Amino acid sequence: MAFLEIRNLMKSFGNVDVLKGINIEIEEGGFLVLVGPSGCGKSTLLNTIAGLEAITSGDISIGGRSVAGLHPSKRDIAMVFQSYALYPNMTVAQNIGFGMEIRGIGQTDRDKAIADVSELLQIGHLLDRKPSQLSGGQRQRVAMGRALVREPQVFLFDEPLSNLDAKLRVDMRTEIKRLHQRMGTTIVYVTHDQIEAMTLATKIAVLKDGILQQFGSPAEIYNDPANMFVADFMGSPSMNLIPARIETEGNGVAVVISKRGGGEAVRLPVENANGLTAHAGADVIFGIRPEALTDPDGADRTGGGLVNAVCPIEVVEPAGSDTFAVTHLGDIEVTARLRADAAIEPGREETLTFNMTKAVFFDPKTESRIA
Amino acid sequence: MSQPSADVAVQTNRLVRIAIYTALIVLAVYYLLPFYVMVVNSLKPLDEIREGDMLALPRQWTIAPWLSAWSTAQIGVEPTGLRPYFMNSIFMVVPAVALSTILGALNGYVLTKWRFPGHNLVFGMMLLACFIPFQIVLIPMARVLGILGLAGTTWGLVLVHTVYGLGFTTLFFRNYYEAFPTELVRAAQIDGASFFQIFRRILLPSSGPIIVVTVIWQFTNVWNDFLFGASFADVDSVPMTVALNNLVSSSTGVKEYNVHFAGAILAALPTLIVYVVSGRYFVRGLMAGAVKG
Ligand SMILES: Nc1ncnc2c1ncn2[C@@H]1O[C@H](COP(=O)(O)OP(=O)(O)OP(=O)(O)O)[C@@H](O)[C@H]1O
Ligand SMILES: [Mg+2]
Repeated sequence: MAFLEIRNLMKSFGNVDVLKGINIEIEEGGFLVLVGPSGCGKSTLLNTIAGLEAITSGDISIGGRSVAGLHPSKRDIAMVFQSYALYPNMTVAQNIGFGMEIRGIGQTDRDKAIADVSELLQIGHLLDRKPSQLSGGQRQRVAMGRALVREPQVFLFDEPLSNLDAKLRVDMRTEIKRLHQRMGTTIVYVTHDQIEAMTLATKIAVLKDGILQQFGSPAEIYNDPANMFVADFMGSPSMNLIPARIETEGNGVAVVISKRGGGEAVRLPVENANGLTAHAGADVIFGIRPEALTDPDGADRTGGGLVNAVCPIEVVEPAGSDTFAVTHLGDIEVTARLRADAAIEPGREETLTFNMTKAVFFDPKTESRIA
Repeated sequence: MSQPSADVAVQTNRLVRIAIYTALIVLAVYYLLPFYVMVVNSLKPLDEIREGDMLALPRQWTIAPWLSAWSTAQIGVEPTGLRPYFMNSIFMVVPAVALSTILGALNGYVLTKWRFPGHNLVFGMMLLACFIPFQIVLIPMARVLGILGLAGTTWGLVLVHTVYGLGFTTLFFRNYYEAFPTELVRAAQIDGASFFQIFRRILLPSSGPIIVVTVIWQFTNVWNDFLFGASFADVDSVPMTVALNNLVSSSTGVKEYNVHFAGAILAALPTLIVYVVSGRYFVRGLMAGAVKG
């Protein structure tokens, strides 16, 4: 039985439909990340879980109890906002203790809880300061402290790290992960940073225009994207989505990709072609991640399915740990990820290895996955 | 490197400064002149004024006109001085300013943080209230005061000024709270704070500048109002402005100009004090609203 369950959730502002039938469920102690481009409805979804926005239809339940219609303070949730939303006129200690004060918890119990949380987050020395006297990272910690002290059933985070600089963001990400492992409380976390999503989540929900595109574990989302949007959105650099054609070859099929300037097409035979045979003769979008397109020596030999092809290399970008090479296939730029010391030069035709076991295929019209 | 041109820049800068300061001083003198005339003449015996030189300093300094204006001068038919009317004005202004400020703050809070369908329409109508001329509401207001049994009382005037000021105070607070982060209100909601707890604990502590602006605005307007005072006040609720008029236009005896001057300054004094004490915040508050809103 799922702990947090969102069933057929719809939300409209006036006649604008923002969420269009969302179904998500997550087990107790899970870490659900909502990702999607700006304006897709992530914050709205989070706010409906928090009870800050009323839902138009559908249901939300936490721990088997429907919370639709319950006041935010009665849902046993705590929220960390993007702007931290610390009360500017109160000290750190008062900020953390405000909820308890409202609920009528006595001063001594309050002080004890504040001390515990501030020790956990190492903000004990800041308790008498006002939010304006804190750095961004310290504010972030205080905001988390205010959420932690409630000991809720579900934590809600709305892009908590987006106001921090890159280094601090990575540190805080690790810290959030550590806190989650330590407390085991269910978390719903909004971000539009797909790396945050991949590293933190036990389940990811990808949203676009208020529609749930895919819901699954990070590995499922990454390796088995349901459509071109998810494939393109998750991963950095993003998946190469190359227009191609399926042709029969022997008793299997091959992916045929035209080269720039009408040179000889690249033919990539597919061994386990069960899903693809039905599409023989059809145009498809061939999706392959940069790390599945390598120099022959750097290819992953464990799974088989390796096919070599000669491709024109246009640009080579050494990035320290890897070298990225840009080639041109099927009229789009395609990124390959090579070993750092791969001998490759721009302007030449080089042999690249396609790991066809990692390839995915989409219908160019509907953009959904076909194999 | 460009030493000479830097010199030129400094020099033109200085010239511009001199021009600006000259203009400012001239303007300041121009605006202060009437006040100077009032102060100087309120401290002279009447004979000296009759001699005709309004700008001359008193030869014989006296505070008798001030004492007379305050406590013995003839106002209408009563020789009470302005004192009782000053108190009438205080009893009218303080509740009127307090009420309209508090209600305006609540309106602004609701219109920005507890939006309801049609909130814009309501706000539009409140804005419209700012543009209704006093004269139009005189007769309906007289009728309402009559029905409420408040006709001719200080509380009646308080009501009139509160209602009339509400449009402005709502506008001020709405625009200020519009820029107030809604996430703070949401955080407080999750913390379990009620409607009024959020208002009192979260919004009000951050409302200093706009409260100052509103109080100054309302204080000056209510204190300086003549028309409502003249229309709705009775003998024991006549405000300062109306009394001053009665003092100046008393038809009996000689015109005691020095007493009139002293009375006029007395009538203007409270607003003057309010400005001097909190004018700095007034400008700051207006600017803050302008930049954020
Ligand atoms: N109160 C509102 N009234 C009308 N439309 C709204 C309201 N709040 C949000 N929207 C619309 O709903 C859509 C989703 O907004 P939401 O804030 O959930 O996006 P988001 O996914 O959180 O984006 P971001 O990554 O930029 O924070 C947007 O198109 C937005 O314009
Ligand atoms: Mg958002």
